[in-house]
Amino acid sequence: MRDVAEIWSYLAESPLLWLCATLIAYSFGDWCATRAGRAPLVNPVLVAVIVLAVILWVSDTSYATYFEGAQFVHFLLGPATVALAVPLWLHRATVRRALLPILAALIAGSSVAVLSALWIGQAFGLPGDLLASLAPKSTTAPVALGISESLGGSPTLTAVLVIITGMIGAIVVTPLMNALRIRDWRARGFAVGVAAHGIGTARAFQVNPQAGAFAGIGMALNAMLTAALAPWALAFFL
Amino acid sequence: MIHALALILACQLAGEILARLVALPVPGPVLGMALLFVLMLGLPRVAALIQPTGEAILRHLSLLFVPAGVGVVGHLHLLSSHGAGLALALIGSTVLALIAGAGAFVLVARLSGSVAKTEHPDA
Repeated sequence: MRDVAEIWSYLAESPLLWLCATLIAYSFGDWCATRAGRAPLVNPVLVAVIVLAVILWVSDTSYATYFEGAQFVHFLLGPATVALAVPLWLHRATVRRALLPILAALIAGSSVAVLSALWIGQAFGLPGDLLASLAPKSTTAPVALGISESLGGSPTLTAVLVIITGMIGAIVVTPLMNALRIRDWRARGFAVGVAAHGIGTARAFQVNPQAGAFAGIGMALNAMLTAALAPWALAFFL
Repeated sequence: MIHALALILACQLAGEILARLVALPVPGPVLGMALLFVLMLGLPRVAALIQPTGEAILRHLSLLFVPAGVGVVGHLHLLSSHGAGLALALIGSTVLALIAGAGAFVLVARLSGSVAKTEHPDA
């Protein structure tokens, strides 16, 4: 029988181990989220990130080594962004019917998300590269990472800020909309899709199917608008 | 499946090339999304081809940001030194964006006479 350390040193250097670990950690996170009744605080991505970070720390593995394996999953972010055209196409009739309110809510929600984050961040003295990582945080992750990179931010930091933003949106949307007495499902869903991307969209689908569909539209449209808006907004604050 | 994947990757590639050619600040995949959307609108055959594959990719969208998320291990010092500012920026801007988005939607829907089919019962 071979030495365990020898097997480990082979595995730790091959992409297979960390690709496999990423999928298992996510499945575990998804299982936890299902067990918790899909409560917004138990987010499968957050669980997977914590589990993997602890494993990397315990096994003294560098992020670069981990990424050798995980890059195969990471690569799919690009094609997934392109695939966001599908929900937009599926709901094209709905979009056309409510075009004016959709455009108004998109412009208002998207610009307030970017500008207020930069404004509060600047007031607290965040440095420029942090502001660049923060600017696209309401956008769906694959697009946010691309925006962050093109603005000179850190895509890995943006990924975490995006997840936290989604969780905040998913937690506050229902009590906030009730307090504001906003009853239109389309408005409630669309706003959370723009402000809190896929995690907010998942939350909207739990509450009401029409809210979910509008959240998906909001997420896809916001991805395009933030990509165009964030560079201008950031230049204004730097 | 393979044809659909090839078309999705081709849209992404076209988007990346376009973004570099015109030096646009928009990420290539976003341009790819716009391109694919136009193709789906114009060609029903493309839409039928793409739909199942696109939905399959999007079903597990959140898995795809795990690798980047794990990168937080390299930013723990930043998160602890600027934690308060980041937390307030995230919470404040998310609440404000929700209010602005929903408010604008309701206001313009009322002005343009676009009525909701169903409403939240007790808000």
